[in-house]
Amino acid sequence: MPDAPGLELIRGEIEAAHPGAVIDSGFAQERAVLSIDPAHVLDVLRWLRDTSGHEYGFLSSLHAADYLPAQPRFAVHYELLNRDRVERIRVKALLPDPGDGALPELDSCVELFPTAEFQEREVFDFFGIVFKGHPDPRRILLPEDYVGWPQRRDFPVGGEPVTFTYNERNYG
Amino acid sequence: MRERQLRARDMLRGDLEGEDLERYVEERVVMTSFEKMLGWARSNSIFPLTFGLACCAIEGIPMAAVTARYDIARFGAEAGRASPRQADLIVLSGRVSIKMAPIIRRLYDQMLEPKWAISMGACSSSGGMFANYAVVQGADKFMPIDVHIPGCPPRPEAVLYGFNKLQRKIEGNPDQSWRARYGAEGTEEWARGGPRSEPSAASSEAYELARELLRA
Repeated sequence: MPDAPGLELIRGEIEAAHPGAVIDSGFAQERAVLSIDPAHVLDVLRWLRDTSGHEYGFLSSLHAADYLPAQPRFAVHYELLNRDRVERIRVKALLPDPGDGALPELDSCVELFPTAEFQEREVFDFFGIVFKGHPDPRRILLPEDYVGWPQRRDFPVGGEPVTFTYNERNYG
Repeated sequence: MRERQLRARDMLRGDLEGEDLERYVEERVVMTSFEKMLGWARSNSIFPLTFGLACCAIEGIPMAAVTARYDIARFGAEAGRASPRQADLIVLSGRVSIKMAPIIRRLYDQMLEPKWAISMGACSSSGGMFANYAVVQGADKFMPIDVHIPGCPPRPEAVLYGFNKLQRKIEGNPDQSWRARYGAEGTEEWARGGPRSEPSAASSEAYELARELLRA
Protein backbone atom coordinates (compact mmCIF):
# COMPACT_ATOMS: atom_id res chain seq x y z
CA MET A 1 0.00 0.00 0.00
CA PRO A 2 1.38 3.43 -0.87
CA ASP A 3 1.87 5.69 2.14
CA ALA A 4 0.20 9.09 2.32
CA PRO A 5 2.86 11.03 0.37
CA GLY A 6 3.02 8.20 -2.16
CA LEU A 7 -0.71 8.34 -2.68
CA GLU A 8 -0.54 12.11 -3.18
CA LEU A 9 2.23 11.62 -5.74
CA ILE A 10 0.10 9.09 -7.62
CA ARG A 11 -2.81 11.50 -7.51
CA GLY A 12 -0.63 14.32 -8.82
CA GLU A 13 0.67 12.21 -11.69
CA ILE A 14 -2.81 11.08 -12.69
CA GLU A 15 -4.06 14.66 -12.48
CA ALA A 16 -1.27 15.73 -14.81
CA ALA A 17 -2.14 13.01 -17.34
CA HIS A 18 -5.93 13.22 -17.04
CA PRO A 19 -7.10 16.54 -15.60
CA GLY A 20 -10.22 16.27 -13.50
CA ALA A 21 -10.04 12.49 -13.15
CA VAL A 22 -9.33 12.27 -9.43
CA ILE A 23 -11.91 13.80 -7.10
CA ASP A 24 -10.43 12.83 -3.78
CA SER A 25 -7.73 10.73 -2.21
CA GLY A 26 -7.23 9.45 1.27
CA PHE A 27 -7.22 6.44 3.54
CA ALA A 28 -10.24 4.43 4.63
CA GLN A 29 -9.96 1.33 6.81
CA GLU A 30 -6.15 1.52 6.35
CA ARG A 31 -6.51 1.27 2.60
CA ALA A 32 -5.36 3.90 0.10
CA VAL A 33 -8.39 5.15 -1.81
CA LEU A 34 -8.59 7.21 -4.97
CA SER A 35 -12.08 8.54 -5.62
CA ILE A 36 -12.45 9.26 -9.30
CA ASP A 37 -14.83 10.68 -11.85
CA PRO A 38 -16.68 7.77 -13.55
CA ALA A 39 -16.00 9.28 -16.95
CA HIS A 40 -12.28 8.63 -16.46
CA VAL A 41 -12.45 5.18 -14.95
CA LEU A 42 -10.69 3.47 -17.86
CA ASP A 43 -8.02 6.17 -18.06
CA VAL A 44 -7.16 5.84 -14.38
CA LEU A 45 -7.18 2.04 -14.35
CA ARG A 46 -5.03 1.86 -17.47
CA TRP A 47 -2.64 4.41 -16.00
CA LEU A 48 -2.31 2.45 -12.75
CA ARG A 49 -1.86 -0.80 -14.61
CA ASP A 50 0.67 0.30 -17.24
CA THR A 51 2.76 3.13 -15.79
CA SER A 52 6.18 1.84 -14.90
CA GLY A 53 6.94 2.21 -11.21
CA HIS A 54 3.29 1.54 -10.31
CA GLU A 55 2.02 -1.40 -12.34
CA TYR A 56 -1.00 -2.46 -10.36
CA GLY A 57 -1.55 -5.33 -12.74
CA PHE A 58 -4.02 -7.47 -10.81
CA LEU A 59 -7.66 -6.66 -10.17
CA SER A 60 -8.29 -8.59 -6.98
CA SER A 61 -11.89 -7.50 -6.60
CA LEU A 62 -14.55 -5.40 -8.24
CA HIS A 63 -17.66 -4.58 -6.28
CA ALA A 64 -20.21 -1.85 -5.73
CA ALA A 65 -21.87 -0.11 -2.82
CA ASP A 66 -25.04 1.91 -2.40
CA TYR A 67 -24.54 4.91 -0.13
CA LEU A 68 -28.16 6.12 -0.08
CA PRO A 69 -28.99 8.85 1.03
CA ALA A 70 -25.48 10.18 0.34
CA GLN A 71 -24.73 11.75 -3.03
CA PRO A 72 -23.37 10.56 -5.35
CA ARG A 73 -25.30 7.48 -4.49
CA PHE A 74 -23.33 4.56 -5.93
CA ALA A 75 -19.66 3.68 -5.99
CA VAL A 76 -17.92 0.92 -7.90
CA HIS A 77 -14.78 -0.20 -6.11
CA TYR A 78 -11.75 -1.60 -7.92
CA GLU A 79 -9.25 -3.27 -5.62
CA LEU A 80 -5.90 -3.25 -7.44
CA LEU A 81 -2.83 -5.18 -6.42
CA ASN A 82 0.79 -5.10 -7.41
CA ARG A 83 1.98 -8.60 -6.78
CA ASP A 84 5.72 -7.79 -6.89
CA ARG A 85 5.62 -5.20 -4.15
CA VAL A 86 2.40 -6.59 -2.56
CA GLU A 87 0.87 -3.13 -2.68
CA ARG A 88 -2.82 -2.53 -2.86
CA ILE A 89 -4.82 0.51 -3.88
CA ARG A 90 -8.56 1.03 -4.11
CA VAL A 91 -10.11 3.02 -6.92
CA LYS A 92 -13.61 4.20 -6.22
CA ALA A 93 -15.74 5.43 -9.13
CA LEU A 94 -18.48 7.66 -7.70
CA LEU A 95 -21.70 7.26 -9.67
CA PRO A 96 -24.71 9.54 -9.25
CA ASP A 97 -28.21 8.11 -9.57
CA PRO A 98 -29.61 9.34 -12.89
CA GLY A 99 -33.13 9.19 -11.45
CA ASP A 100 -36.47 8.41 -13.13
CA GLY A 101 -35.75 4.69 -13.06
CA ALA A 102 -32.78 5.08 -15.39
CA LEU A 103 -29.76 2.95 -14.63
CA PRO A 104 -26.36 4.48 -13.89
CA GLU A 105 -23.75 3.72 -16.52
CA LEU A 106 -20.04 3.13 -16.38
CA ASP A 107 -17.34 1.94 -18.81
CA SER A 108 -16.57 -1.75 -18.60
CA CYS A 109 -12.98 -2.61 -17.74
CA VAL A 110 -13.08 -6.13 -19.15
CA GLU A 111 -10.58 -5.18 -21.85
CA LEU A 112 -8.09 -4.18 -19.15
CA PHE A 113 -8.81 -6.96 -16.65
CA PRO A 114 -10.59 -10.01 -18.12
CA THR A 115 -11.41 -11.19 -14.60
CA ALA A 116 -13.83 -8.31 -14.31
CA GLU A 117 -16.34 -9.98 -16.61
CA PHE A 118 -18.18 -12.03 -14.00
CA GLN A 119 -17.77 -9.42 -11.30
CA GLU A 120 -19.28 -6.70 -13.45
CA ARG A 121 -22.19 -8.99 -14.22
CA GLU A 122 -22.67 -9.51 -10.50
CA VAL A 123 -22.65 -5.76 -9.86
CA PHE A 124 -25.20 -5.33 -12.63
CA ASP A 125 -27.26 -8.15 -11.16
CA PHE A 126 -27.55 -6.69 -7.68
CA PHE A 127 -27.18 -2.92 -8.15
CA GLY A 128 -28.41 -2.30 -11.67
CA ILE A 129 -25.22 -0.54 -12.74
CA VAL A 130 -24.77 -0.92 -16.49
CA PHE A 131 -21.24 -1.50 -17.76
CA LYS A 132 -20.94 -0.10 -21.27
CA GLY A 133 -18.95 -2.36 -23.58
CA HIS A 134 -19.35 -5.47 -21.49
CA PRO A 135 -19.24 -8.54 -23.77
CA ASP A 136 -22.09 -10.38 -22.03
CA PRO A 137 -24.27 -8.02 -20.02
CA ARG A 138 -26.72 -10.45 -18.41
CA ARG A 139 -27.72 -11.29 -14.89
CA ILE A 140 -25.43 -13.87 -13.36
CA LEU A 141 -26.87 -15.14 -10.06
CA LEU A 142 -30.53 -14.21 -10.03
CA PRO A 143 -33.03 -15.64 -12.52
CA GLU A 144 -33.01 -13.96 -15.92
CA ASP A 145 -36.55 -12.67 -15.47
CA TYR A 146 -36.01 -11.21 -12.00
CA VAL A 147 -37.35 -7.68 -11.56
CA GLY A 148 -35.45 -5.22 -9.38
CA TRP A 149 -31.99 -4.66 -7.97
CA PRO A 150 -32.01 -6.38 -4.59
CA GLN A 151 -28.83 -5.03 -3.00
CA ARG A 152 -29.91 -1.43 -3.38
CA ARG A 153 -30.81 0.18 -0.12
CA ASP A 154 -34.30 1.14 -1.26
CA PHE A 155 -35.15 -2.44 -2.25
CA PRO A 156 -37.81 -3.82 0.12
CA VAL A 157 -36.53 -6.42 2.56
CA GLY A 158 -39.35 -8.81 1.73
CA GLY A 159 -40.82 -11.51 3.90
CA GLU A 160 -44.33 -11.69 5.23
CA PRO A 161 -46.03 -10.15 8.24
CA VAL A 162 -46.17 -12.73 11.00
CA THR A 163 -49.45 -12.75 12.88
CA PHE A 164 -48.26 -13.61 16.36
CA THR A 165 -50.34 -12.43 19.28
CA TYR A 166 -47.40 -10.33 20.40
CA ASN A 167 -47.39 -8.38 17.14
CA GLU A 168 -51.16 -8.01 17.24
CA ARG A 169 -51.11 -6.60 20.76
CA ASN A 170 -48.26 -4.18 20.20
CA TYR A 171 -48.55 -3.19 16.58
CA GLY A 172 -51.99 -4.29 15.41
CA MET B 1 -49.56 -71.52 19.32
CA ARG B 2 -48.69 -75.12 18.69
CA GLU B 3 -52.38 -75.89 18.55
CA ARG B 4 -52.96 -73.25 15.90
CA GLN B 5 -50.14 -74.63 13.80
CA LEU B 6 -51.53 -78.10 14.04
CA ARG B 7 -54.97 -76.89 12.98
CA ALA B 8 -53.47 -75.05 10.04
CA ARG B 9 -51.75 -78.25 9.02
CA ASP B 10 -55.01 -80.10 9.28
CA MET B 11 -56.76 -77.49 7.17
CA LEU B 12 -54.12 -77.76 4.45
CA ARG B 13 -54.46 -81.53 4.46
CA GLY B 14 -58.22 -81.11 4.09
CA ASP B 15 -58.93 -82.79 7.44
CA LEU B 16 -60.99 -79.87 8.80
CA GLU B 17 -64.67 -80.06 8.01
CA GLY B 18 -68.00 -78.53 8.97
CA GLU B 19 -68.00 -76.33 12.06
CA ASP B 20 -64.25 -76.61 12.56
CA LEU B 21 -63.61 -75.25 9.10
CA GLU B 22 -66.09 -72.42 9.64
CA ARG B 23 -64.34 -71.40 12.84
CA TYR B 24 -60.94 -71.63 11.21
CA VAL B 25 -61.97 -69.25 8.44
CA GLU B 26 -63.62 -66.81 10.87
CA GLU B 27 -60.48 -66.58 12.95
CA ARG B 28 -58.23 -65.88 10.03
CA VAL B 29 -60.15 -63.48 7.83
CA VAL B 30 -60.30 -59.74 8.41
CA MET B 31 -63.00 -57.78 6.66
CA THR B 32 -62.14 -54.30 5.52
CA SER B 33 -62.74 -51.97 2.64
CA PHE B 34 -60.39 -51.94 -0.29
CA GLU B 35 -59.52 -48.28 0.25
CA LYS B 36 -58.52 -48.94 3.82
CA MET B 37 -56.33 -51.84 2.86
CA LEU B 38 -54.74 -49.83 0.09
CA GLY B 39 -54.12 -46.90 2.41
CA TRP B 40 -52.62 -49.19 5.02
CA ALA B 41 -50.30 -50.72 2.45
CA ARG B 42 -49.30 -47.40 0.96
CA SER B 43 -48.66 -45.74 4.27
CA ASN B 44 -46.25 -48.46 5.32
CA SER B 45 -44.22 -48.61 2.13
CA ILE B 46 -43.40 -45.02 1.32
CA PHE B 47 -40.40 -44.47 -0.96
CA PRO B 48 -38.94 -41.06 -0.13
CA LEU B 49 -37.02 -39.15 -2.78
CA THR B 50 -33.30 -38.91 -2.04
CA PHE B 51 -33.24 -35.16 -2.16
CA GLY B 52 -31.84 -32.37 -0.03
CA LEU B 53 -31.96 -28.60 -0.14
CA ALA B 54 -29.97 -27.10 2.70
CA CYS B 55 -28.92 -27.67 6.27
CA CYS B 56 -32.00 -29.75 7.19
CA ALA B 57 -30.79 -32.23 4.58
CA ILE B 58 -27.40 -32.47 6.26
CA GLU B 59 -28.53 -32.44 9.83
CA GLY B 60 -32.09 -33.51 9.88
CA ILE B 61 -32.65 -36.33 7.46
CA PRO B 62 -29.61 -38.50 8.28
CA MET B 63 -30.10 -37.86 11.97
CA ALA B 64 -33.84 -38.22 12.01
CA ALA B 65 -34.45 -40.86 9.45
CA VAL B 66 -31.61 -43.04 8.38
CA THR B 67 -29.42 -43.62 11.41
CA ALA B 68 -29.90 -46.62 13.64
CA ARG B 69 -31.06 -44.61 16.64
CA TYR B 70 -34.15 -43.25 14.90
CA ASP B 71 -34.39 -45.54 11.90
CA ILE B 72 -37.23 -44.71 9.57
CA ALA B 73 -37.13 -48.33 8.36
CA ARG B 74 -39.43 -49.05 11.30
CA PHE B 75 -42.14 -47.34 9.26
CA GLY B 76 -41.20 -48.97 5.98
CA ALA B 77 -39.73 -45.87 4.38
CA GLU B 78 -36.06 -46.69 4.26
CA ALA B 79 -35.91 -47.25 0.51
CA GLY B 80 -34.76 -43.86 -0.72
CA ARG B 81 -35.28 -43.46 -4.44
CA ALA B 82 -32.88 -41.42 -6.53
CA SER B 83 -35.47 -40.77 -9.23
CA PRO B 84 -38.72 -38.86 -8.79
CA ARG B 85 -40.42 -41.39 -11.07
CA GLN B 86 -40.04 -44.02 -8.39
CA ALA B 87 -40.64 -41.88 -5.31
CA ASP B 88 -43.85 -41.28 -3.35
CA LEU B 89 -42.65 -38.64 -0.93
CA ILE B 90 -40.58 -35.52 -1.34
CA VAL B 91 -39.16 -33.95 1.81
CA LEU B 92 -38.30 -30.28 1.35
CA SER B 93 -35.37 -30.04 3.70
CA GLY B 94 -34.21 -26.45 3.81
CA ARG B 95 -34.81 -23.02 2.37
CA VAL B 96 -36.19 -22.88 -1.17
CA SER B 97 -34.48 -20.19 -3.19
CA ILE B 98 -36.41 -18.59 -6.02
CA LYS B 99 -34.01 -20.20 -8.49
CA MET B 100 -34.60 -23.65 -6.98
CA ALA B 101 -38.40 -23.37 -6.84
CA PRO B 102 -39.09 -24.25 -10.51
CA ILE B 103 -36.76 -27.24 -10.23
CA ILE B 104 -38.56 -28.53 -7.15
CA ARG B 105 -41.88 -28.00 -8.84
CA ARG B 106 -40.65 -30.02 -11.80
CA LEU B 107 -39.47 -32.82 -9.52
CA TYR B 108 -42.83 -32.84 -7.80
CA ASP B 109 -44.64 -32.94 -11.14
CA GLN B 110 -42.47 -35.82 -12.28
CA MET B 111 -43.48 -37.96 -9.32
CA LEU B 112 -46.23 -40.45 -10.04
CA GLU B 113 -49.55 -40.33 -8.27
CA PRO B 114 -50.21 -40.86 -5.43
CA LYS B 115 -47.54 -38.55 -4.05
CA TRP B 116 -46.99 -36.60 -0.89
CA ALA B 117 -44.80 -33.74 0.26
CA ILE B 118 -43.41 -32.85 3.67
CA SER B 119 -42.06 -29.39 4.34
CA MET B 120 -39.36 -29.90 6.93
CA GLY B 121 -38.21 -27.02 9.07
CA ALA B 122 -39.01 -23.34 9.38
CA CYS B 123 -37.35 -22.28 6.13
CA SER B 124 -39.31 -24.35 3.67
CA SER B 125 -42.54 -23.82 5.62
CA SER B 126 -42.39 -20.04 5.91
CA GLY B 127 -39.07 -18.74 4.66
CA GLY B 128 -37.75 -18.87 8.22
CA MET B 129 -35.12 -16.30 8.94
CA PHE B 130 -34.55 -15.66 5.25
CA ALA B 131 -36.98 -12.81 4.79
CA ASN B 132 -35.18 -11.53 1.73
CA TYR B 133 -35.15 -11.30 -2.06
CA ALA B 134 -33.66 -14.74 -2.69
CA VAL B 135 -35.90 -17.16 -0.79
CA VAL B 136 -39.49 -18.26 -1.41
CA GLN B 137 -41.57 -17.43 1.66
CA GLY B 138 -43.04 -20.85 2.18
CA ALA B 139 -42.90 -23.75 -0.26
CA ASP B 140 -46.69 -24.08 -0.31
CA LYS B 141 -46.70 -21.00 -2.52
CA PHE B 142 -45.81 -23.16 -5.49
CA MET B 143 -46.69 -26.76 -4.60
CA PRO B 144 -49.09 -28.61 -2.31
CA ILE B 145 -47.64 -29.64 1.06
CA ASP B 146 -49.19 -32.35 3.22
CA VAL B 147 -47.31 -31.94 6.48
CA HIS B 148 -45.34 -29.00 7.83
CA ILE B 149 -42.76 -29.84 10.47
CA PRO B 150 -41.65 -26.85 12.55
CA GLY B 151 -38.17 -26.45 13.96
CA CYS B 152 -34.76 -25.16 12.99
CA PRO B 153 -33.85 -27.92 12.45
CA PRO B 154 -36.70 -30.11 13.74
CA ARG B 155 -35.79 -32.65 16.38
CA PRO B 156 -35.58 -36.22 15.03
CA GLU B 157 -38.66 -37.04 17.07
CA ALA B 158 -40.49 -34.19 15.37
CA VAL B 159 -39.57 -35.48 11.93
CA LEU B 160 -40.80 -38.96 12.78
CA TYR B 161 -43.93 -37.54 14.36
CA GLY B 162 -44.62 -35.59 11.20
CA PHE B 163 -44.00 -38.71 9.19
CA ASN B 164 -46.48 -40.65 11.33
CA LYS B 165 -49.01 -37.90 10.79
CA LEU B 166 -48.50 -38.29 7.07
CA GLN B 167 -49.02 -42.04 7.41
CA ARG B 168 -52.35 -41.48 9.17
CA LYS B 169 -53.30 -39.04 6.45
CA ILE B 170 -52.50 -41.61 3.77
CA GLU B 171 -54.63 -44.17 5.61
CA GLY B 172 -57.53 -41.77 5.21
CA ASN B 173 -57.71 -40.94 8.88
CA PRO B 174 -55.89 -37.62 9.26
CA ASP B 175 -55.24 -36.13 12.67
CA GLN B 176 -57.52 -33.34 13.72
CA SER B 177 -55.91 -30.02 14.39
CA TRP B 178 -55.62 -28.92 17.99
CA ARG B 179 -58.33 -26.36 17.36
CA ALA B 180 -60.71 -29.11 16.36
CA ARG B 181 -59.81 -31.23 19.37
CA TYR B 182 -60.37 -28.38 21.80
CA GLY B 183 -63.36 -26.92 20.00
CA ALA B 184 -61.49 -23.71 19.28
CA GLU B 185 -62.35 -23.03 15.65
CA GLY B 186 -62.81 -19.38 15.02
CA THR B 187 -59.90 -18.34 17.19
CA GLU B 188 -57.46 -18.24 14.28
CA GLU B 189 -55.65 -14.98 13.93
CA TRP B 190 -57.07 -14.42 10.46
CA ALA B 191 -60.61 -15.25 11.59
CA ARG B 192 -60.35 -12.68 14.37
CA GLY B 193 -59.07 -10.10 11.90
CA GLY B 194 -55.47 -10.25 12.97
CA PRO B 195 -52.89 -7.72 11.89
CA ARG B 196 -52.86 -7.11 8.16
CA SER B 197 -54.54 -10.41 7.43
CA GLU B 198 -57.27 -10.37 4.85
CA PRO B 199 -58.87 -13.75 4.24
CA SER B 200 -60.24 -14.04 0.76
CA ALA B 201 -63.96 -14.46 0.18
CA ALA B 202 -63.36 -18.06 -0.93
CA SER B 203 -61.44 -18.98 2.20
CA SER B 204 -64.07 -17.41 4.46
CA GLU B 205 -66.74 -19.39 2.66
CA ALA B 206 -64.77 -22.63 3.04
CA TYR B 207 -64.26 -21.82 6.69
CA GLU B 208 -67.98 -21.29 7.32
CA LEU B 209 -68.75 -24.52 5.49
CA ALA B 210 -66.28 -26.42 7.64
CA ARG B 211 -67.86 -25.04 10.79
CA GLU B 212 -71.32 -26.07 9.57
CA LEU B 213 -70.08 -29.59 8.92
CA LEU B 214 -68.54 -29.80 12.37
CA ARG B 215 -71.73 -28.62 14.07
CA ALA B 216 -73.84 -31.14 12.18
